[in-house]
Amino acid sequence: MNGFFAGIVGAFSDAAQEVRVHRGRVLLSLVGVAAAVTALTVSMAFADIAERTVVEQMETYTGRPTTLDLTASPTDEPRIDHVERLESAWFDVMKRSDITHATRDSNASARMRFSDGAQDVQLQLVDQPYAVMRHLRMLEGTWFAPGDSERLAPALVVSRNMYEMLGSPDLRTHPTIVSPGLGNARLVIIGVYDGPIYEGMPPEAKILTASFRQVAPEKDVLTAASGTRYQMWVPQDIGDELGKRIKQSIAGALGDGFLVEVYNNNQGGMDPSQDPTVIFRLLSLGIGAIILTLGALGLVNIAIVSVRQRVREIGVRRSFGASTGRVFFSVMMESVVATVVAGFVGVMIAILIMRIPAVYGIFTGGAVGTGAPAFPVGAAVTGMVAATIVGALAGLIPAIIATRVKVIDALRY
Amino acid sequence: MSLLHLERVTRAVRLPDDTILPILHDVSLSVSSGERVSIVGRSGSGKSTLLNILGLLDNPTTGTLHFDGQDVSRLSQRRRDRLRGNNVGFVFQQFNLLEGRTALENVLMPLMYSHGREFWRRTRIATEMLERVGLGHRLASLPGSLSGGEQQRVAIARALVRRPRLILADEPTGALDLETGNSVMALMDEIVHEDGAALVTITHDSAIAARSDRHFRLDHGVLTSETLVPVAAASALPAAPAGTAAPLNPATPAGTAAPLNPTTPEATA
Repeated sequence: MNGFFAGIVGAFSDAAQEVRVHRGRVLLSLVGVAAAVTALTVSMAFADIAERTVVEQMETYTGRPTTLDLTASPTDEPRIDHVERLESAWFDVMKRSDITHATRDSNASARMRFSDGAQDVQLQLVDQPYAVMRHLRMLEGTWFAPGDSERLAPALVVSRNMYEMLGSPDLRTHPTIVSPGLGNARLVIIGVYDGPIYEGMPPEAKILTASFRQVAPEKDVLTAASGTRYQMWVPQDIGDELGKRIKQSIAGALGDGFLVEVYNNNQGGMDPSQDPTVIFRLLSLGIGAIILTLGALGLVNIAIVSVRQRVREIGVRRSFGASTGRVFFSVMMESVVATVVAGFVGVMIAILIMRIPAVYGIFTGGAVGTGAPAFPVGAAVTGMVAATIVGALAGLIPAIIATRVKVIDALRY
Repeated sequence: MSLLHLERVTRAVRLPDDTILPILHDVSLSVSSGERVSIVGRSGSGKSTLLNILGLLDNPTTGTLHFDGQDVSRLSQRRRDRLRGNNVGFVFQQFNLLEGRTALENVLMPLMYSHGREFWRRTRIATEMLERVGLGHRLASLPGSLSGGEQQRVAIARALVRRPRLILADEPTGALDLETGNSVMALMDEIVHEDGAALVTITHDSAIAARSDRHFRLDHGVLTSETLVPVAAASALPAAPAGTAAPLNPATPAGTAAPLNPTTPEATA
């Protein structure tokens, strides 16, 4: 055991010394490997971030997997007590099923007073967990906090274009807007969310369902409530089962006169687990692999030449007790130690490249305030692993040559 | 019991045209601990091949080789490597120091293949060894900045650092001038004697050979014992018993011993 540790430590320090003594040659061969690892890692990172962006965008529209979408429409004229019955049944079900993330989701519109006149604002009525369930990214200020529904002046989170129409006020000054459509209520703008904007887009804002009901006229409340989708984010593995149970209990609680539907976003329609970036990922992986192979070939080339030059040295080591196994391991470790260093440098360069604003802007769509997306750890690990494997493979051929050295011939001539 | 014992060893190689070329014929040799043995021979007489076999780097074609009572040809490659690392030290004509490594790193090298205490305390052991050969002040020097004599002293330190029981010196003074060669040999004799190791010197220099206790001649693969002792070295006993050799051969205090000795036939080699 002792000998084993000494062997390992000895082989590693042999390899490190070898790299230090021949740093010129090692450096040359490793520029290629570092460049290859950079290319591989960047393309992996691109694929990773692209995938994440696509999945996130998809989840922004349809919710995370699995989101259950409950609707219950009365067969006759909707009344406010219908809404109350439905919501109390819904709250009951959630309590029983331990659902922690749920939101109501409906639309309304309300007239609001801007500095250049009143305009209709498209309102989305949601609950506090909505931001988490839909990956909503904030550009300024904050999303609703629990308890915000009890504010006397209802809080509003506005879209980027509405924020600009308001003259981009400093949110720390608690800017407000008066809404004639909501009984002249004064609404406090607490945040700005990120999202697509287009030419001629109407101002949009999100408001808590409870806040809206406090200030909106009863007819608007009823209209909005009757189109509400009750969404629940549940564990993927029990999504189907839970969907059926929720449908049964809601239908049971409401009795006849309601059409209850539970839609599961993980079945039918778009499945977020189907990776639309798989082609891009395979392509970039292929290109990266080709570059890495070229780098490895360069490494093998230089390593073979250098082993032929080092025959005398290997002979000396053999004569002083280095076993063929040890010589093999040392020459191979030399290649591995060197490529691991090169791989690390390559990964670092890749990370730096992905922090260039022009590069990460491709994914964030140039949005202000979001910053560079986090570098995917998987890509960095892949880069390092690839470098190590290339080092081992490239070290194999020179290591085999090294073990075939005829000792005394190497020393005498 | 002798340290190294060759019994009727032959070695032949197969040439590319499938003919067998015999190199060593029926070589028998016994070397005891503390004994100094010299082997002289011309180029092509089979010295390298014999060195290969003595150094446990090659197996005889026929015959047996015992090291410390063990039949070496029966050992696995790995155990032979270990036996060699633990027991054999080489000194080469061209020094064969590792380029780009300091004197200390060169002497450390054999210790990298040791284990236990010897491995973990290797830096101290190597430093002490270099101090013993008088190079304690050149630890960080690269071979290129050392003189030939200093390089050979580093090589001696390297050969002796694991306290081997057998030192194989292959033309140890071949690349040195006469005076440096003699001082290097004196140093090697001294250290080898102190450590009680056996020293086998392969040379074609009769003056160097004269420092040994027993003399052999290798000619066309045949090893013959030479009892003739050079006149100038006659004060050294011709067949000194094992381990009793004088630490410093009194006849050769400063390399004056018979550089050209008319009585030794091998002087022509």
